[in-house]
Amino acid sequence: MFVYADHAATTKMSDAALKAYTMTAEEVYGNPSSLHSAGQRAKEVLTACRERIASVLGADAREIYFTSGGSESDNQAILSAAYAGKKKGKCKLVSTAIEHHAVFHTLNKLKKEGFEVVLLPVGENGIVSVSDVEAALGDDVALVSVMLANNEIGTIQPVEAIGALCKARGILFHTDAVQAVGHIPVQVDAIGCDYLALSAHKFGGPKGVGALYVRRGAPLSSLIEGGAQERGKRAGTEDLPAIAAMTAALEASVSDMDAASALLKHLQDKLIAGLETIPHCALNGDRTRRLPGNVSFCFEGIEGESLLLLLDEKGICASSGSACTSGSLDPSHVLLAIGRVHDVAHGSLRLTLGTDNTEAQIDYTIAAVKEVVDYLRNMSPVWRDLREGRRSYIL
Amino acid sequence: MALYSETVMDHFRHPRNVGVIEDADGVGEVGNAKCGDIMKMYIKVKDGILTDVKFETFGCGSAIASSSMATEMIKGKPLSEVLTLTNKAVTEALGGLPAYKLHCSVLAEEAVQAAVLDYYKRNNIPYDEKDFPCALCAHEHDHGSEDEA
Repeated sequence: MFVYADHAATTKMSDAALKAYTMTAEEVYGNPSSLHSAGQRAKEVLTACRERIASVLGADAREIYFTSGGSESDNQAILSAAYAGKKKGKCKLVSTAIEHHAVFHTLNKLKKEGFEVVLLPVGENGIVSVSDVEAALGDDVALVSVMLANNEIGTIQPVEAIGALCKARGILFHTDAVQAVGHIPVQVDAIGCDYLALSAHKFGGPKGVGALYVRRGAPLSSLIEGGAQERGKRAGTEDLPAIAAMTAALEASVSDMDAASALLKHLQDKLIAGLETIPHCALNGDRTRRLPGNVSFCFEGIEGESLLLLLDEKGICASSGSACTSGSLDPSHVLLAIGRVHDVAHGSLRLTLGTDNTEAQIDYTIAAVKEVVDYLRNMSPVWRDLREGRRSYIL
Repeated sequence: MALYSETVMDHFRHPRNVGVIEDADGVGEVGNAKCGDIMKMYIKVKDGILTDVKFETFGCGSAIASSSMATEMIKGKPLSEVLTLTNKAVTEALGGLPAYKLHCSVLAEEAVQAAVLDYYKRNNIPYDEKDFPCALCAHEHDHGSEDEA
């Protein structure tokens, strides 16, 4: 059985997106910057896409900038706000310990340039405390950046409350909404954000395209120079087929959201309940404030990469926050931030479901994970030490 | 999966000599859970020959494959020859490992040496420290030292 359970990594393009992609690539191949009719036709499609995406997010079309994806959007928002803040003597950036690397590494770059970066801790459930955010705010803060939903553990942050705090103090607020858009309701005014990053391939759109919402009046500088596209803030001929496909994918996922959410929640509950019967494991992240479809576990006594390889042998595509899967020395910073010690963080497994997953696939996955965890534990000296009392169980 | 060679995947899928030797003549354990890999080797020795070996490994695919390959390379060999096993030989026998996984083969070399050293110590057999560059060196299992390979 083939089970694709890595939808947080990327999704298959939806029918609506593929249709829009093909249609646009075949028929609307003009350059939106060209004066002639083919170009103007492309410009019309581009304008319509911008309006439609703005409408889904509750934004104005002039506040939507097309980019190459979530990472670029995050980079541009954070760098723009930071450099604008610096000019006014605001050199402090407030964020959390569980942000995506697109945010985390951009903040690190700014730290090297002299900015003060405050990474707020999260609780065991992976949620940042609003009062911690409030305590970190001051006149010297250039930007607050808090992700809407976490890519590894699915935790949904209290962004509305954080947005309100920032708004009251006139501090710019960015949210990385890459995992949330298309899966849970996202309205820029309800969040109160000045910047919001989204990526098409997380909701059935193509890879390599995304958008950045920038509230009118918020500072925005360009990362790429060379043309007047995106009102001079992002040079380069627009990838119109991709933009059209992203727009179609977003509308489709938003119109199907209630049904998709109910199905995913059901499959998620079933998968969590099934995996929890494995001894000495723990669910990562909050039980209720979490993205539908996200299931993240740590299993004591085993390592995640070997777990992934064996699941792959059984046709199951999953992901892990173990060091060995990242090519770095440390396991996922998210798992460490929620208090999982290295020993158990290495044994993590992330399964992220989509609407194409079935009950039968969940049953198959539960059985496969149980079998593989058991197999790996049986050859693990750590597990033997735990069982024979030479080492204490953490989970 | 293209990450690993077919040989690595074969040894990972069907590891040779997995398990425990309850009455082992020597046991070596290297690595630590914090780094994400631990290897434990159990050996039986008779008349200077390593007659049996089993391993247990907590770690990634290449750690399991390296342990498995190392046990195959030393089983039935005189200890003097066992001690000449290098991580490079393990890596080569596996058809190569990704650069950031080379430490797994280092771990296999260390585990073998640690088990033989344990056997020597238990039996008060004099040994030359030069034969145990890994097992006796003071450094913690260094995860990032790919240049050792």
